[in-house]
Parts: sequence; structure tokens; C-alpha cells
Amino acid sequence: MPQSPLLLKKISIARLAIIAAVVGVVAVAFAYTAGWLSSNRLTPKKLVASLAPPRGPALGHRRNHAKGICFTGTFEANGNGSELSKAQVFMPGQYPVVGRFNLATADPNAADAMVRVRGLGIRITPPNGQEWRSAMIDAPIFPVSTVQGFYDLQMASASKQPDAMKKVIAAHPEFLTFVSWAKSAPWTSSYAEERYNSLNSFLFIDGSGAKHTIRWSLIPAAQPVAISPDELAKRGPDFLEKEITQRVAAGPQRWSLMVTVANPGDPAADPSKAWPADRRTVNVGTLTVQQIEQEADGPCRDINYDPTVLPAGITTSDDPFPSARSAAYSRSYNSRTAEEKYYPRNATGAKQ
Amino acid sequence: MTTSRKRFTAPQRLLHWLMAICILSMLFIGVGMVSTVTSKYLTLVQIHKPLGIAILVLALIRLSLRFVFHAPALPADMPEPMKLAAELSQYVLYALMIGMPLIGWGMLSAASYPVVLFGSVHLPSILPVSPSLHTLLWHAHYYLAFAFFATILMHVAAILFHKLIRNDGVFETMAPMLPQDKSE
Repeated sequence: MPQSPLLLKKISIARLAIIAAVVGVVAVAFAYTAGWLSSNRLTPKKLVASLAPPRGPALGHRRNHAKGICFTGTFEANGNGSELSKAQVFMPGQYPVVGRFNLATADPNAADAMVRVRGLGIRITPPNGQEWRSAMIDAPIFPVSTVQGFYDLQMASASKQPDAMKKVIAAHPEFLTFVSWAKSAPWTSSYAEERYNSLNSFLFIDGSGAKHTIRWSLIPAAQPVAISPDELAKRGPDFLEKEITQRVAAGPQRWSLMVTVANPGDPAADPSKAWPADRRTVNVGTLTVQQIEQEADGPCRDINYDPTVLPAGITTSDDPFPSARSAAYSRSYNSRTAEEKYYPRNATGAKQ
Repeated sequence: MTTSRKRFTAPQRLLHWLMAICILSMLFIGVGMVSTVTSKYLTLVQIHKPLGIAILVLALIRLSLRFVFHAPALPADMPEPMKLAAELSQYVLYALMIGMPLIGWGMLSAASYPVVLFGSVHLPSILPVSPSLHTLLWHAHYYLAFAFFATILMHVAAILFHKLIRNDGVFETMAPMLPQDKSE
């Protein structure tokens, strides 16, 4: 059947439109997935940017917990953890550790007495190569119950609006529990005297496949000695790093790794809520810090203490924070490694 | 290198469509995961890594099949610039299918991350830990992903052009099945 050139042209235009529509729909779906069409989505970029001081982040440094010092040592598992998790890291033995003591601040030059929260990052590498990484802090609970709440808190604390904090506290009354800890808990003059807590819950999977909801803490062998922030300030802005270097040079420092098992119904998805004190705890081994090294060329410098790097036998729970932390830490790592030239490193590079 | 066959062989066609699903999913997973802090982030990352390695393996198998069976010739009446574009796009797509997973693997290695596929299965590190190497590879992975997606969009537009406008049999060389298959 002969067709007129005009009709053929019309058909062609219609078909070209179909092609454009197919390509367009796929492209729009892609843009939506990437978040380009959703300005309200809480992205890792926004979350990390909210941590930056008003003058912008310290280039080349971690975007939070920016001030820190490396250590090496061992984790000696006593075997008790195997009842809860099949991970090799809990089988009796001694496994190498690369860790980092740090202060929860975006400023790598902050004075010790200005930073309330202290942290410890740890990477344990058992022989099968299945690493366990964790980043803990000395606060017994997290300031807020949701990731969005944490972001809102950062935004409010940087805001010039007089009632910004009030609004966030009204929406997140759990923040007051954290504030009361921050005001009342004694300060110490040593990283070695701190207890470091996972805060987030995880699942331990035992040999039979059963899952146990747990949190963990590192309990120091050193006796904590209280000191006022004023007294700490008098000892100098970097006292903690000097103190831990001397202390470990004089003798290794130890912590017990205590695993707390939740009862059914305990708030596993909310790190702002402590579990009752009578929950079962299992001492699974000892962390020994044997050597301190400056971060600039130290073995912890290029490690991201991403709390979702877990061996088979440990997985994330319904706690929403590890996922958010992983996304944000990755963003922070990508930024700081790309800013290598701003970081005060020596030409020799970091030890591995 | 071409063959006198009018269509790609069945294994080539199977791999093409399987990989089309994998790669398109991979690109969506990639841009999706870096845009969220919800628990979807971890789920997507946990799919991204093994799927990337699966694509690498499939791409290598597919490249071998290409060397063995070759590709059907393009229609003789196709304009030269279109032929050139068609051939170049093949090279670009193969380079990305093989390159992207390797860059991703290298990027994780340079950042000292374990490359966990699933459960206790993890891959060895293929590069030394290095912030500058990590940055180079991370940028490459990021920008090439968008280039990959753009190339796929052009590939889709081109094949629809072959089918709907030219109707020259190029689409049929890779079509999963044809109406006349029953009579073959």
C-alpha cells in the first residue's frame, strides 16, 4: 500500500518522540534515584556538612573526631564470645589491632578541655582477614534517637535563630538525658581512664544461626581519676596525647571488652536509651594498647573506622545509626583523602 | 570482526540481556546509595559490591564469546558516521563493563576497606593503601558512572532508532527472541 511522504514523515516524528520519551523516562528515574529531584532527602553530603564549623571543615582531616592519635596493640579473645558469635575474632587467640584515641570535634587543633566527648576507633584483624571495625565514645548514650534528629541538632546548634535549640529539644526530649550526663559526669585526664561504648546495637550470630541483640563497651583497667575541665585546661591544649604517649611507653594499657545482651523488648533501635543495668554481660577479651604513634604518619591515619565493617558472625541490627554513620564516614573519608595536600604529613607517608 | 550470521548467538544474547539488567540496576544502586543515610544505604552497598564483581566476570565471558563468535555485520546501507559511532560505542561499553568493577575494587583496596562479597567471602586487596590512588580511582568511578549511564541512554536511543525508524534488522541481531523463532 503506497503511503504519502507526508504520512511517512508524521509516523517518523511520532516514533522519534517515542524514542525521546523512553530515554527521558529512564533519565528522570535516574535523577530521582540520585536525589536530584528531592531537596529534602537527608544525604551523606548534608549530614557531613552539618558537622563543619562556621568557617568550614578542616581540610584533609576527619570531618568529626578530627583530633586524634594512633595506637597499635592486640585484642586477646578469651573464647567466651563464641557462645554469642561465630566470628573468629572471639575464638581464643591474640589478634592485631590498629586504633585511634580521639576527641569528638571537627577541629583538629581543639584544646582538650573544650571537648566533652572522647572516642576510640578500633580495627581488629583476625587471621582469616575478616576485620571488625568499631568507633566508640565515652558517653553512655547517644544525644538523640534518630539520624534526622542528629542532623536537626547540628543545624540548630549552628543556627542564629534564638529558639532553634528549644525547638529541637522539644522534638527530642531525650537530648536532655545526654545534657545531664555531659554536665554531671566527671572528666578524666587520660584516654586510658575512659570507658568506650558502642552505643549502637548489633546482632551477634552464633554457630547455630541464632541471633543475639547486643551492645558492647571497653572497660578500662586504669582507675578513673576525676579532674575538672579547668584543671585539665591548665595542663595544656594537647595534654591527653602527651599523657597517653608517656603512659603507654611506661606500660601497656588494658580494657576488658564487655558484651551486653538485650532482653526481648529492650530499645535496640534507639542508642539514646540505655538498657537496664541488670542485663547479662559477657567479658569476651582484653584490648591491650602497646604503642602510641602520632596520627600524621601513623597506621590509623588512612583507616576509616566504619562501624559496619563487620566479620561474618556480626551484623547490623534495626538500629538506624550504623548505616548513617557508614554513609557519612565514607563521605568524610573521600573528602579528606582528596585533600591530602592540606594534611600535615611527612614525606615518608603512613606506616601500614 | 564479523560473522555471516544475521544474529548474535543465543549465549551472547542471553548475556547481553542479563548484563543489561545488572548494569542498569548497578548504576541506579550506585547513585541511590550515595544519596541516602537510611538503612537502604547499607543494603545497596551490600548489593553493589558482589553485583559489580558478577558484572566483571560476565563481561569477561562475554568478551571471550565475542572473540569466538564475532558480531553480525552492520547493514551495508548504514551511513559511515553511524557505523563508526556503532563500533566506537561497542569499545566504550566493553571498556566500562570491565573497567568499572576493577576501578571499584581498586578504590576499596586503596582505602584499606575489605572487599566483602557476601558472608565470609571476601576478595584480596589489589592495590596498596594510598590516599592519592584512592582519590584518583574514586573520581574515575564517580565520573565514569555518569559516562556509562549516558552511553547506555545513547545505546538505547540508537537501537530504537534502528528498529522504529530504519527498521534495518540491527535490533533483531540482539533481540531475545523473534516471531519467526518458532518456525526455525
